[in-house]
Amino acid sequence: MLSKRIIACLDVRDGAVVKGINFEGLRHAGDPAELATRYNREGIDEVVILDITATIEQRKALADTIQAVAREIFLPLCVGGGIRGEEHAEAAIEAGADKVGINTAALSHPTLITTLAKRYGSQAVIVAIDAKREDGRFKIYVRSGQQGTERDAVEWAQEAADRGAGEILLTSIDQDGTKAGFDCELTAAVSSAVPIPVIASGGAGTFDHFVDVFTTGQADAALAASIFHYSEHAVADLKTHLRTNGIPVRITEGSGNGASDGNLL
Amino acid sequence: MIALIDYGAGNLTSVRKALAHLDAPTTTPTAPADLDSADGLIVPGVGNFEVTAALGVDWRSAIERHIARQRPLLGICVGMQWLFDGSTEAPGHPGLQMMRGTCTVITDKEDATPAVSSGPSDRVGGRLKVPHVGWNTLRATKPSWLLDGIPERGQVYFTHSFAAPVTDDCVGATRYGMEFAAAVERGLVGGVQFHPEKSSDVGLRILRNFLRKAL
Repeated sequence: MLSKRIIACLDVRDGAVVKGINFEGLRHAGDPAELATRYNREGIDEVVILDITATIEQRKALADTIQAVAREIFLPLCVGGGIRGEEHAEAAIEAGADKVGINTAALSHPTLITTLAKRYGSQAVIVAIDAKREDGRFKIYVRSGQQGTERDAVEWAQEAADRGAGEILLTSIDQDGTKAGFDCELTAAVSSAVPIPVIASGGAGTFDHFVDVFTTGQADAALAASIFHYSEHAVADLKTHLRTNGIPVRITEGSGNGASDGNLL
Repeated sequence: MIALIDYGAGNLTSVRKALAHLDAPTTTPTAPADLDSADGLIVPGVGNFEVTAALGVDWRSAIERHIARQRPLLGICVGMQWLFDGSTEAPGHPGLQMMRGTCTVITDKEDATPAVSSGPSDRVGGRLKVPHVGWNTLRATKPSWLLDGIPERGQVYFTHSFAAPVTDDCVGATRYGMEFAAAVERGLVGGVQFHPEKSSDVGLRILRNFLRKAL
């Protein structure tokens, strides 16, 4: 049985992990390689390094951070933020990324999806979509959620899959940082419309939010950031909770002690 | 010395890093003759079966010499599929034909209307997504040097759309829509459909088993 994946996102700026509320008000949360190592021990299934300021400040993803993390953990590693062209993707993959996440650049240059899929395989290409509820639709925002577009998230996800994307990383801007739960309606709308895995992101606050997104939301994977940063054993205890609720997950030996109570903060 | 075959499409970085973590010396041969001094051979791979066409007859001969010298080989992902007769993904490109069978696209062979009581399904919203991406259970089906010491319900990381059939060479099987060979072995020729270099402790154990045969 294929497990539902739990993915930890490391939002990185200047080599350190930070996490914002609605993309603003950042606070320091640790060293990327240290955090990734801890997550691996706790049984995380995958790690995403997101260079959160790259698009805005026109910087490449941090090769040093990627290398430091890739040296320590042997899990799928995705890098996003500032991947604007083939050369940025190449730099991230050379540094140790298995997958690259493209967002703004994919929307403005959709052929980039196909170019990268042909060169590295579809499994290496994640199209990240930031969506916000507006006028009864899910509209896409770009440039780290700061700039609205007229594009529809479901239609764009289908186009991205057609063009060769291997997975969709779907973030609800409305829910991100709120701890009020994933946007299950958004996730289900996209997941049921595409043949590729959908990673739900934005809004995780309790263990039951993950249960909801894997059932009602039809997510293949769920991503969170800060809830894992500040609570030891959260990953293992989350997985135990999911398994108890009938969600297939990968349980590793020797992780977690059952100390978390489901309220992650 | 472990030789990592580079046919221009697979990303070798991850495999190289995992082997470095296990203190194994690696090299990336630039000519087929370089294989003659290798203790072990790893054929990594991602993407389309067609990429294996980059390895022409000279490379194939060198790999066959390596096997004839009783040295181990490990194919990963497309590198494992390449050990078979071929794949319907690229019908014009024969495999190494060290193992019988043809790789095919993953299809949903589960009961079309499973009873609710049959438990959770791999289907999302009523259908099976392909590619098969993520962690799945590796069920050992035979004693094997490659899978020695891995936990009974150990999970490993997959990302693929095509898969090899379960034959006599299969030592570990996985189910996703259908049952397929996740690990194969014939003498010192081994292959894994999943990515041991991305499968945390279970994957490192499998790479260590290979290194023990090679070094």
